Amino acid sequence: MSQIHVTATINGDETEFLCDPTETLLDVLRDHLDLTGSKEGCGSGDCGACSIILDGRLVCSCLVLAAEAEGRSVETIEGMAEGDKLHPLQEKFIEHAALQCGICTPGILVAAKNLLERNPNPSEEEVRYWLAGNLCRCTGYDKIIRAVMDTAAEMRGAA
Amino acid sequence: MPKDEFQARDFKIVGTRPLRPDGIDKVTGKARYGADVTAPGMLWGAVLRSPHAHARIVSIDTSAAEAMKGVKAVITRADFTYQPDDPGLADVLDNCMAGEKARYDGHAVAAVAATSKKIAHDALDAIKVEYEVLAHVTDVDEAMKPDAPVIEAGRQQENVPAGLSENVTSRSKYGHGDPEAGFSQADLVIERSFTTAATHQGYIEPHACLATLGADGQGDLWVCTQGHYMVRNTCAGLLGLDAGMLRVTASEIGGGFGGKTHVWIEPVALMLSRKAGKPVKLVMSRDEVFRATGPTASSSIDVKIGMKKDGTITGATATYRLQAGAYPGAIAFLSAMCGFAPYDLENVRTEGFEVMTNRPKAAAYRAPGAPMAAYPVESVIDELCQKLDLDPLETRLKNAADEGTKSAYGPTYPAIGLKATLKAAQSHPHWTAPLGENQGRGVACGFWFNFGGDTCVSLMVNPDGTVSLSEGNPDIGGSRASMSMMAAEELGVPLDQVRTIIADTASLGQNEVTDGSRVTFAVGLATIKAARHAIEIMKERAAMTWGIDPEAVDWHDGAAHPAGPNAGKFPPMTIKEIAAIASNTGGPIAGHHEVNAEGAGVSFATHMVDTEVDPETGAVKVLRYTVFQDAGKAVHPDYVEGQFQGGAAQGIGWAINEEYIYGEDGRLQNPGFLDYRVPVASDLPMIEPVILEIPNPGHPYGVRGVGETSIVPPLAAIANAVSRAAGVRLTSLPMSPPRVLAALKGQ
Ligand code: FES
Ligand code: FES
Repeated sequence: MSQIHVTATINGDETEFLCDPTETLLDVLRDHLDLTGSKEGCGSGDCGACSIILDGRLVCSCLVLAAEAEGRSVETIEGMAEGDKLHPLQEKFIEHAALQCGICTPGILVAAKNLLERNPNPSEEEVRYWLAGNLCRCTGYDKIIRAVMDTAAEMRGAA
Repeated sequence: MPKDEFQARDFKIVGTRPLRPDGIDKVTGKARYGADVTAPGMLWGAVLRSPHAHARIVSIDTSAAEAMKGVKAVITRADFTYQPDDPGLADVLDNCMAGEKARYDGHAVAAVAATSKKIAHDALDAIKVEYEVLAHVTDVDEAMKPDAPVIEAGRQQENVPAGLSENVTSRSKYGHGDPEAGFSQADLVIERSFTTAATHQGYIEPHACLATLGADGQGDLWVCTQGHYMVRNTCAGLLGLDAGMLRVTASEIGGGFGGKTHVWIEPVALMLSRKAGKPVKLVMSRDEVFRATGPTASSSIDVKIGMKKDGTITGATATYRLQAGAYPGAIAFLSAMCGFAPYDLENVRTEGFEVMTNRPKAAAYRAPGAPMAAYPVESVIDELCQKLDLDPLETRLKNAADEGTKSAYGPTYPAIGLKATLKAAQSHPHWTAPLGENQGRGVACGFWFNFGGDTCVSLMVNPDGTVSLSEGNPDIGGSRASMSMMAAEELGVPLDQVRTIIADTASLGQNEVTDGSRVTFAVGLATIKAARHAIEIMKERAAMTWGIDPEAVDWHDGAAHPAGPNAGKFPPMTIKEIAAIASNTGGPIAGHHEVNAEGAGVSFATHMVDTEVDPETGAVKVLRYTVFQDAGKAVHPDYVEGQFQGGAAQGIGWAINEEYIYGEDGRLQNPGFLDYRVPVASDLPMIEPVILEIPNPGHPYGVRGVGETSIVPPLAAIANAVSRAAGVRLTSLPMSPPRVLAALKGQ
């Protein structure tokens, strides 16, 4: 089967890749581009570990065909920090011990960043519902929710 | 009784909340988990699984798959020519790759390695398996009946009473006194039957490994596991390799909860690699994780408890029947030990039955056997309290085990923290907060043994005086931070001077898996002892430099100090100064400690929960949750709290939602996160952790394991809350809306 040539902007860099028509964007990120920060917890859109931003929208990259990325902008966890400067969410997650095993963390950070860009002052309930598509089996979510709320408060203060 | 290791002291680092050392890698996506590595020339593996619950494998034709372009190896059980003589290992092998029969839906029957994922999966479709479908049984009570389909004959132990199916492989018994006499003294005796569903550990990272095995028997394995030494020993035993020739490296691990204390794909990947002559990466899909790995046992339980009007329990019995899956199990005996462990009872008897069924082999899940042991006991105690108009906390306190109590499973307890958790619960504002309509409050206690086991730690003092600590237990929830903290505490150096890594199996001696809540206790103990060993060496080096006796040297604040008659004669030598001249005083400085750690110190918790039951839909909402647990000494309180919260959340899922559902055909109907619903963020409230610290006499700092006890009380605590809210006693988990609604209607 012939491969498809795709050009996309990934974390700000123009990136070209070849993919099989059946490959997902998650497959390409992980297996072709070695961007393994996005995780595959289910492959069916149920766990959120593969969360990325596609043209500003939060999506499960396991549900996007790689060929659909043509001409579009993709943001992954690898693009969240600027050089060695962590995003405030990343800092707060460490500070609040909002991760144990950390496998859910990239997806949750990407989702939470997207939330705060849309709604800088979310209620606890809004955070919980926004993150309802991101499973974490380790933490019971308590420290995750606190870290997101605290980041939002701090970013509002800084703005 | 554990050795008396504990010494009270003031801590500088232990008990604080520093940032974890692996945090940045994990928030930036750099951390490498099981599926995140590749190797030059790597192939992709895939596994073909049985669509039948129980079937004889008549033939497997792999020729078409082998002929496909890009397919480099196809294996079946016939390729596993080495036969382990240990029956336990033989079961593991058969579970990894079916022999004569497929014993459950999802049982592996063949595997391929190919140049791409897609080719590997296409090749699976080209393998032709002829099955002769057999009668199956997936329910534990059905499987015990004498006419049930038998999973494997000849495995029944002599302790099983006559008249039961051969699926019942063993019976265990615990207890003391005369429960019947106890019941006759009671003012009220309640006897009830309960069931719990099988649940999966639900770690978000599927099993994954990258295997290389050469024709010379030398191999390397990268794998997400709770115990890479276990993986090494098991794989070597299954493939007939020398353990020393197989080096296993533990990846970062994306959750385990007991589910990664076994092997499934690792021997398969190694075999594919040997046959193909190339590295093979094998990653399970979520469907495979649900169908073939993990779940804990489902259970069917009878409990009978007698109580006096004043709350004294006079007699207690429990029978636990646990569904072990397709091979002889070993969980029911733990249930039989744990059920009444929180109480000081004169008359108590329990028994546990291990029962084979056509389901995946039951695996350890956080305090294996204990949640389903506590659930019926704590439910019946709650009902007795309701009917005798007693306070549930006061009644538990009245019967609570304490130091010197002969436990229901035999040993006599040293200092324990159960009463402290109950008293903390009594004085917490949660206990007296008002409840609204359709709301109920439940409490329950829970117990877990905690383990120690084989542990090996090495601590190197580098030439610049920094410290490298090697331990052999995969870090699931922040244990590298805790080890660095204990090493820094003992050495008296700043925390940032210590870095802890997880060594591979070729770099450090044998370590038991990360299980039994053993790591902070046992690896912590070995770390402290390794630090003390290094301190002894450093004291000798300082003494040599000063020309005095090593006994006349003290160590504190990260430096050797002349002591006794020499006090003040020489300025202290810091670890950096000693390290800098180590080459001239005898060579490199390293401490190490090897131990089969005992004295883990049992752990108790009391949970309190408020729930609201929707009378229209039967849906249960958890409104407020508080965990009171004894940690002995919380090394890093954030991560202790995290264990309390995470265990409670898993228990909430088990109580309300999670359930393996089998169809008439014996196939799993919900092998995905959409239909097997673990709690999501919007299902839960904040979970308040209250840490009690009753020092464990068996650890130098008083540490007890904390990882597992937190999943023990929630099942009962929530059942009690729901039963009180609904006004009817619920005896079946999960308490999903249809079940709750049926109970409400049946009132
Ligand atoms: S892997 Fe995409 S949602 Fe789970
Ligand atoms: S930290 Fe392990 S799944 Fe979230």
